[in-house]
Amino acid sequence: MSETWIVLGASSAMGRALARSLAERGAGLILAGRDEDDLAATAADCRARGAADAEIARLDIGDPAGFDDIRAMAGPGRVNCAVFVGDMPAQDEIDADPALIDRVMRVNLTGPAQFLTGLLPQLSEHGGTVVGVSSVAGDRGRQGNYVYGAAKAGFTTYLSGLRSRLEGTGAHVVTVKPGFVDTAMTWGLPGMFLVAPPERVARDILRAADRKRDVIYTPGFWRAIMLIIRSIPERVFKRLSI
Amino acid sequence: MRWKTAEYAGWGRALRAKGRLARPERQAELARLIATSPAPVLGARRSYGDACLNPGGDAILSTRLDRVLEFDTQTGEIEVEPGLTLADLLRLARSQGFLPPVLPGTGHATVGGAVAMDVHGKNHHRAGSFGQHVTALTLLTGDGPLRLHPGEAAFLATIGGLGQTGPIARVRIQLERRQAGAMRVTETRAADWDALVSRLAESPAEYAVAWIDATARGAATGRGIVEEAAPTETRRTARERRLRVPLDAPRLALAPPVVRLFNAAYLARVPKEGRTRDIPCESFYFPLDGIADWNRLYGRNGFHQFQCVLPEARLDALRAIFGAIVESGLASPLSVLKRMGPGRAGHMSFPMEGWTLACDIRAGDAGETAIRALYDDVAEAGGRIYLAKDALAGGAMVRAMYPEHADWLAEADRLDPNAAYATGLTRRLELRGTS
Repeated sequence: MSETWIVLGASSAMGRALARSLAERGAGLILAGRDEDDLAATAADCRARGAADAEIARLDIGDPAGFDDIRAMAGPGRVNCAVFVGDMPAQDEIDADPALIDRVMRVNLTGPAQFLTGLLPQLSEHGGTVVGVSSVAGDRGRQGNYVYGAAKAGFTTYLSGLRSRLEGTGAHVVTVKPGFVDTAMTWGLPGMFLVAPPERVARDILRAADRKRDVIYTPGFWRAIMLIIRSIPERVFKRLSI
Repeated sequence: MRWKTAEYAGWGRALRAKGRLARPERQAELARLIATSPAPVLGARRSYGDACLNPGGDAILSTRLDRVLEFDTQTGEIEVEPGLTLADLLRLARSQGFLPPVLPGTGHATVGGAVAMDVHGKNHHRAGSFGQHVTALTLLTGDGPLRLHPGEAAFLATIGGLGQTGPIARVRIQLERRQAGAMRVTETRAADWDALVSRLAESPAEYAVAWIDATARGAATGRGIVEEAAPTETRRTARERRLRVPLDAPRLALAPPVVRLFNAAYLARVPKEGRTRDIPCESFYFPLDGIADWNRLYGRNGFHQFQCVLPEARLDALRAIFGAIVESGLASPLSVLKRMGPGRAGHMSFPMEGWTLACDIRAGDAGETAIRALYDDVAEAGGRIYLAKDALAGGAMVRAMYPEHADWLAEADRLDPNAAYATGLTRRLELRGTS
């Protein structure tokens, strides 16, 4: 009996990479996202790569009314869910239009949290793995993207609580904090360094899920980078233009 | 869609371009780009020269559009996005008991690139070119997607068409039903040019190619190793190798004495009486892919690959061209001779029935002068040069080498009237006219 995974944000480069890796293990996939044509292509690709099955679902992360239908597609029993939805508008766009903050929070925090909270009964009864993709940006507020960072910090905290809540039920929560990943989100952004391919991130995620790790940085060296960044005193940090 | 300004190069690294690059991850993004700011689409940039460059302009990378869209495991027809790599295609095909009928020497190249260059492999004399196994493809045009089939004018202009008819959204390929656990390879030594040529000419093998020592002189001129192969059901799995050339090598790395030593050692690997081994499919098709960035062995300034094909009847001229390469002392370890069949699928396809010779030569004045002289000899012999490799040719000569150029141009101009998909290569060779 193959495992079933719901992948939220399966049109993103990282979501697609994870879906492919899961396909090669023979998983059953529910690929959720906004672009249904694109999801259909990824579903076909996953089937060709060995997925037991790959279905698609239209996901509007801002519209929780649709969440039940997606959750129901997984059927009863053990369920796994990986959350890749996210959006990072430039900080200056947000400054120009503060209403964007609502959307950033909804896409990066409240939407995913609502979806996962709805899975709680099934997770606590039957077990499963939750992979929540947060970000190193949530580890400290930087002037360049602190609204996004605040949303991701919230999501990280949510995942931490969810993990604790599910302890002892057979369900497990992995928090993933990617550094710079080579995706459409970072393509052409200035200041990128040590950019990791999405396949690398997918591999790290699966390993972490298999080993029931709680919080991972991917690539792993970001743990050291963020340790340093978090330990800079605020009075110094506020003067740094990072 | 964000653009990234970057400096980039083809595999030879002798020519470089600076410009904006977009890398759509979804078909809808590609379509939007084409509608708003059309630009040539590049694959994995495994062409050596400027076929994969648009200096000063924009380019769109297809590498993230790399999915299998449909795979009929009964018939072996597979439909894929253009950015799927040939290594991936091979892996997926084998997993269902099929083989891609044609594979070139690197698995890093993409399906879209293989179409745009109508690539060939070690079995060209039997299997023809890549494009001959394409059963349909979809181009993106200003008026939406356009499905093309073999025999249609636009199809003939797209296969081997250097991307000039527009972006390829999907490609349908007929795979060959073969249980290939590994490749059974027989290597035999040939003492000189005549022995090598006759061995290749007489080879009944499905795959036949020769490595030729471009440093040996005198009686040993043209010595080499003939490699003949066919798939076998015996399984051999490639070790995952992670070798990488970490930096641009110093000039000494491929200096003539080093190359001579390497070649002598390479020849000596194969015992006098020859040998037969089963080797993993990947190692057979893509012998150098196990060493990432091997092009850096040629140093910061890069290198060129001279590759020509001459008609069967002009083997004498090819012998003279090879002699000139040996005399120049410029050759690298990797020189290849192969008999080609007539198979080609597009107006601008490289293959012709005869013989092809390929040889890497370090970039620089001496090498470039030598290659241009060799090109003249090729033209005179009624042969042609391979545009996937070229960085140095002149336009009039190349257009004369490709007699169907006018047919191709008519279709390219019809589908891309503003030459929005022109590349460094098409401008240098004035293939799209003088615009």
